[in-house]
Amino acid sequence: MNWIAVGKLEDIPRQGSRVVNTSNGAIAVFRSLDDELFALDNRCPHKGGPLSEGIVHGKRVTCPLHNWTIDLETGSAVAPDVGCAHRHEVKMENGKVLVEIKA
Amino acid sequence: MSTKKTRLVVIGNGMAGIRTLEELLKMSADEFDITVFGAEPQPNYNRILLSPVLSGEMTFQDTMLNDWSWYEQNHVTLHAGKLITKIDRKRCVVETDDGVVVPYDRLLIATGSNPIMLPIPGMNLPGVLAYRSIDDVEKMLAASKTSKRAVVIGGGLLGLEAANGLSLQGMEVSVVHLCDWPMERQLDKVSGGLLQGALEKRGLKFYLSRQTEAVLGETTVTGLRFKGGEEIPADLLIMAAGIRPNIALAKSAGIHCERGIVVNDTMQTYDPKIYSVGECVQHRGQTYGLVAPLFEQAKVAANHLAEYGRMRYEGSSVSTKLKVTGIDLFSAGDFNAGPDDEELLLQDAARGVYKKLVLRNNKLRGAVMYGDTLDGAWYFQMMRDGTDVTEMREHILFGQMHIGDSGLGGASSVVNMADTAEICGCNGVCKGAIVKAIVEKKLFTLEEVRAHTKASSSCGSCTGLVESLLASTVGGDYSIKPSKKTICACTDLTHTEVREAITRQNLKTLPELMKTLSWKTPDGCHICRPSLNFYLISAWPAEYQDDSRSRFINERVHANIQKDGTYSVIPRIWGGVTSPAELRSIADIAEKYKVPTVKITGGQRIDLLGVSKENLPKMWGDLVEAGFVSGHAYGKALRTVKTCVGSEWCRFGTQDSTGLGIKVEKMTWGSWTPHKFKIAVSGCPRNCAEATIKDFGIVCVDSGYELHVGGNGGIKVRVTDFLCKVATEAEVLEYCGAFMQVYREEAHYLERTAPWIERVGLAYVKQRVVDDVAGRAELYARFLESQLHSQDDPWKERAEGKDASEYASLATVE
Repeated sequence: MNWIAVGKLEDIPRQGSRVVNTSNGAIAVFRSLDDELFALDNRCPHKGGPLSEGIVHGKRVTCPLHNWTIDLETGSAVAPDVGCAHRHEVKMENGKVLVEIKA
Repeated sequence: MSTKKTRLVVIGNGMAGIRTLEELLKMSADEFDITVFGAEPQPNYNRILLSPVLSGEMTFQDTMLNDWSWYEQNHVTLHAGKLITKIDRKRCVVETDDGVVVPYDRLLIATGSNPIMLPIPGMNLPGVLAYRSIDDVEKMLAASKTSKRAVVIGGGLLGLEAANGLSLQGMEVSVVHLCDWPMERQLDKVSGGLLQGALEKRGLKFYLSRQTEAVLGETTVTGLRFKGGEEIPADLLIMAAGIRPNIALAKSAGIHCERGIVVNDTMQTYDPKIYSVGECVQHRGQTYGLVAPLFEQAKVAANHLAEYGRMRYEGSSVSTKLKVTGIDLFSAGDFNAGPDDEELLLQDAARGVYKKLVLRNNKLRGAVMYGDTLDGAWYFQMMRDGTDVTEMREHILFGQMHIGDSGLGGASSVVNMADTAEICGCNGVCKGAIVKAIVEKKLFTLEEVRAHTKASSSCGSCTGLVESLLASTVGGDYSIKPSKKTICACTDLTHTEVREAITRQNLKTLPELMKTLSWKTPDGCHICRPSLNFYLISAWPAEYQDDSRSRFINERVHANIQKDGTYSVIPRIWGGVTSPAELRSIADIAEKYKVPTVKITGGQRIDLLGVSKENLPKMWGDLVEAGFVSGHAYGKALRTVKTCVGSEWCRFGTQDSTGLGIKVEKMTWGSWTPHKFKIAVSGCPRNCAEATIKDFGIVCVDSGYELHVGGNGGIKVRVTDFLCKVATEAEVLEYCGAFMQVYREEAHYLERTAPWIERVGLAYVKQRVVDDVAGRAELYARFLESQLHSQDDPWKERAEGKDASEYASLATVE
């Protein structure tokens, strides 16, 4: 387990997301309207759509492919859809966004 | 302010009362201390489903809406089987028959209705039952095991359902009715006769135009006597002669009642602390006995109990459907034509189909349908929208023909479809799966069915079928969309209300709009944000700052996302006319970026598929250098102007269709619209550019240009409506701009021109674009003005570095 600095808060748009590429696939880092950060595997549990491209609203993101809505805190699909996108720890430290990435 | 919770007491544990609580809990769960009194010993069940329980098609458990645990989870105290005998309005308390006294700050009366018992001798004999509660049904089921002959008094909706149920339980059933035909309040004589015939075939016997004089029997029912002396035998007698609002308690407390408890548009009684909903209520002189109005009332009452104070109940128009399996019947509005009305009739005895529509001033006032009710929801919607149907008179009786055509072989009745029949072709959902979800998950609305099954949630062409399935599974009035369709769950406002508020209240940013209009979520959702963003662009083209975070990905990055997360790039090719040089540069660029698939589109453009997001700005830079601009193939925007070659080459061509197409495209490109917008120009009536299935189609003729609108070649193929004929190219441009502008200013977001025109009526569009000369000029001017602000090429801007971070990843970690 490693905390990796991936950029500054301003690099990620409010109500938006940026992608961190890792050897284990892409991670989407989200920033909500009130500047909370979340990180999920960038794959919708439905058909693998890139969640980073979805519309972020509240603490949720809607997948651009088929409108599944994913809870950013848990990675779970909002009912009645069922599924889960793997979540990663993310935090701010000294103005930097750190994501925990498994080695 | 004290932090004490508001004490809310609800009298009535039925559908209206509990629905109000559900709505209220959604809004402010923690602010109320709720106590419910129900006269029946059960928790809240679905009274509408008593008929299927009686007929054996469902169990009582299937009808349960909120079981005991629901009350516990929501901290609602339920006193089931307790009768309130007194409301003391001075002390603000209610009292039960066994002396329990509960104080209230707010009181909700939802006491429903009582069956009407005829004032004739013998009504108290054992064997006489009403048809109102699960208790009645259980008694009827028990009686059906021991006795043979049942008589139902009342040939209305309820009576026939009871009769059918008892007949399926093996009894010999007769129906006694005062009028000449059954269900006279919903059916005219012809359709009533068809219904009677169908029920007689199932073994029911009818005694029509009979008035019951007495119930016969000494210790139990043995029969009944009609006026005139005729007698028939009976072992069981069901009273289903109608219902009456249950107002005794309210009346005794001095609350103003007429036929029902009188309420205003906020569902408040004459006592401001006391609200009322459901069948006990009289609103604007109307009482209601169907469920859809109750649900609308519940929403409004909850809104005011929660002190949001925003919604008004303005009455409901209702439609009816008989819940007898295998009989399709639909009725809505006023179906008896008056002197000012016109009747449209379709009668096909062999197919057992009868349809009658009543029109006044070219608008639907009522509909009766028997045998084929697929279009009921459509007629009902037009009735409520007040759609001018002049232009569709010729075929309106044949239904909304494009509903559910895909792969169903024109099945007219969902009831007769096999469980394996595919209803939703997009998501592969079969009839059986939908019915199962409706029953097991107790779904009420189209939205719920969409959420749980995905049926009708993609292209929407099977919506009519899904609504019919809802109707036939849970009873007709569920199927009808709420008269007020809000944008999404974030607001109680409709598209139209929001659009009006934007201009009236001068709302110019998203946060300001959401704050002023009391949005329920801090930043909306994926449904409302793109809609609102469009409405603001449309209202303030010069001032509004587009919010890219409220754009769907395609419009945010100006390319079409594909299933694997790559994008497609479609450069604009004006009017579909290109050159060897242009083609060569497209070929070079495609090779340079290793584009895996190159495809000619249906709109006469070239699609470069499989481009990674990082490559988009670079590729656009090369395209811009070669003279291209964005083709907007990704947007709710003007897509393409398709043309045929016209008089320049074609031996049949009457006008320069390619030249005109290029002019039209140069004028309209870059314009944002509620949904995608397609144009075509054909050089002669042979119409090789397929202009009559476009949103705006131009067909050149020798003497000028025919203009057609509202066509669609997609989900529901719809041929355009003829708008008018003009003489010059300048007029074509003016009419085209004006039409696009009305559509932009007034349609709902994601509503194509075809459904928009069907909603507002072609007559309205003609009036705005053709008849009103000054209005047309103003529309055209507004269109051109807004184009001044939107014809910047988004590709060029991004090739030069705009939104660069949108196309790059944040970091790469080894």
